[in-house]
Amino acid sequence: MSEPVISTAPQGAPASDSSDPVRALVAHADDNLVLAQRLGDWISRAPELEEDIALGNIALDHLGVARALYSHAGHLEGKGRTEDDFAMQRPEREFLNALLVEQPNGDFAHTMVRGLLFDAYQVELWTDLSGADDSTLAGIAGLALKEARYHLLHTSSWVIRLGDGTEESHRRAQAAVDALWRYTAELFEGAASEYHDIWRKVVGEVLDEARLQIPDDPYQRSGGRRGFHSEHLGPLLAEMQWMQRSHPGLEW
Amino acid sequence: MTLEERFDVILAAEDKIEPADWMPDDYRKTLIRQIAQHAHSEIIGMQPEGNWISRAPTLHRKAILMAKVQDEAGHGLYLYSAAETLGVDRDQMQTLLHQGKHKYSSIFNYPTLSWADMGTIGWLVDGAAITNQVMLTRCSYGPYARAMVRICKEESFHQRQGYESLIRLCSGSPEQKAMAQDALNRWWWPSLMMFGPHDTDSTHTEQSMEWKIKRVSNDDLRQQFVDMTVPQADYLGLVVPDRDLRWNEERGHYDFGEIDWEEFWAVVKGNGPMNRDRIEHKVRAWDEGAWVREAALAHAAKKEGAIT
Repeated sequence: MSEPVISTAPQGAPASDSSDPVRALVAHADDNLVLAQRLGDWISRAPELEEDIALGNIALDHLGVARALYSHAGHLEGKGRTEDDFAMQRPEREFLNALLVEQPNGDFAHTMVRGLLFDAYQVELWTDLSGADDSTLAGIAGLALKEARYHLLHTSSWVIRLGDGTEESHRRAQAAVDALWRYTAELFEGAASEYHDIWRKVVGEVLDEARLQIPDDPYQRSGGRRGFHSEHLGPLLAEMQWMQRSHPGLEW
Repeated sequence: MTLEERFDVILAAEDKIEPADWMPDDYRKTLIRQIAQHAHSEIIGMQPEGNWISRAPTLHRKAILMAKVQDEAGHGLYLYSAAETLGVDRDQMQTLLHQGKHKYSSIFNYPTLSWADMGTIGWLVDGAAITNQVMLTRCSYGPYARAMVRICKEESFHQRQGYESLIRLCSGSPEQKAMAQDALNRWWWPSLMMFGPHDTDSTHTEQSMEWKIKRVSNDDLRQQFVDMTVPQADYLGLVVPDRDLRWNEERGHYDFGEIDWEEFWAVVKGNGPMNRDRIEHKVRAWDEGAWVREAALAHAAKKEGAIT
C-alpha cells in the first residue's frame, strides 16, 4: 500500500491509547477546545477583515469537533458527564491537550506556525481515525478531516507568504518556528514512527518553500497528555471556566 | 431625456439605481456615508460581543457567539463591497474611520459588563437594527438593498438567539434574572437612541426620503421598535426602565419618555464610555497587522515576478 497512514490500524493512531478510549477522546477534544479558545482571541484583532472571518471559522470548526468528542466520551464513559462538564469542571491537571495548542497566540506568525504544525498532525490523525471501528468516532473524524485539510491549506499558505515575504516577516516566522518546534514530538508519542515521518515530510516541504529552517536544537518538551502543562494553560482555563465556577449549577 | 430626468424616472417607478447608472453627486455621497457607517458599525460591533467569547458559560453559547461575531465581520465585508460600487475603496473608508472622520453606530460605545449583555444586545440592538434595515431592503440603490435582504435574514436569527438566551436567564435563578434586568436597564435607552435624533432635528432625513434611500422617519421607526419590544420585555418578566411608558389606547401605540439627548450628543461627538477604546482597539489591530499585509504583498509580487 502506498498510503501507510490509511493502511495502519487505528490502534496505532497518534496520541490514542487503545487501553482507555475515553481518555484518548478527551485528549483530542482538549486539543481542539484549547486551540479554539486561543483562536477565538483573534476575532476583531486580525491583520485584515478576511482573516477575522477565517480565524473565527477555524476556531468554530475546532470547537465543534471538541463538542462532538466530549459528548461521545461522556457517552462511552457512562457516568452522565456532558460536554460542559468536561470543558468547564476539570482542573488544569486533568486536561490532556498537547502543549503546542496551549502556547500563546504571540504575533500572527506564531499563530500561523502553531497552526501549520498542528494541522499537519490533525490531517494524519483524522485520516487514521476515520477508519476507526467506533463508528461514531469514525464519523466525527471524517468531518474533521475535511476541515483539517482546509486549515492546513490556510496555515501553510500563510507560513509561505510570511517566510518568503519581507525581511521582517521572515524573521518573525523563523522566530515562531524556533519557539514552537520543541512542542511537536509530543504529538506523536506512542504512535508508530511513520506518522512522525509523514508529518516531517509535509511540514518540511512547507518550511522549505517558506525558506524557513528547522532548528538544530533537539530539545523537545512533553507532558501535556499526562496533565503536566506549561504555565499558559491555567490562565486560559480560569477565563474559560469563570462563569461556571462563579455561578455553579445553573442553566445558561 | 436628460440623465437627471432618467434618474427621477427610475426612482418614481420604484426601480433600482445600479452602479453604472448616472446619479446626483449628493446621492452618491449620502450613500457612501451611510453604507460605510453601516459597515463600520458591523466591524466595531464585533468588539463588545468579542469581549465575551472567551468567557461564554457553555460551549453551546460560545459557538453561537463566535458564529454571530463572525457573521458581523461578514456583514462588514459585504457592506464595504456595496460601498465600493460607488467608487470608494475599503482602505479609504477604514482610514476615515480610524481618523474619526467616519462614524459608526453609537450603541457600540457602551461596554458589555455581564453575560446577560450578550442576549440583550441580540434582542434590543439587533432588534433595533432590523427595524431600520427592513426599510432599507426597499432602498433605491440596488446593491445596498440586496445586501440588506441577506443581512436582515441573519440579523433576525441573531435576534431570536439573543431573546432565547434571555428567556433562559429569566426562567433561571434570581441571580440570573437580576443580571438580565441590569442589562435591560443599561441597554434600553441606548437602543432607542439607535434611531437617531427626532425627525425635526434630523439633517439628512428629508432628502434621504425623497431619494427613497430612507423610507420611514426616525421617530416612526423608534415607535415601531417600542411597540414591538415592550410586550417581549413583559413576557420575560423584566421592567423597562421608563416611568412614562404606558399603552395609549387612543393612539394604538405605547407612549414613552424622552431620551436624554445630552447623553446622545455626547456619545455621537466621541465622549461615550467606550468611543476611544473602540477606535484604539481597531487602530492597534490594523497597525499590528501592517507587517503581515506587507509580507503578503511582497510574496505576491515575487510570485508575479517569477511568472512573467
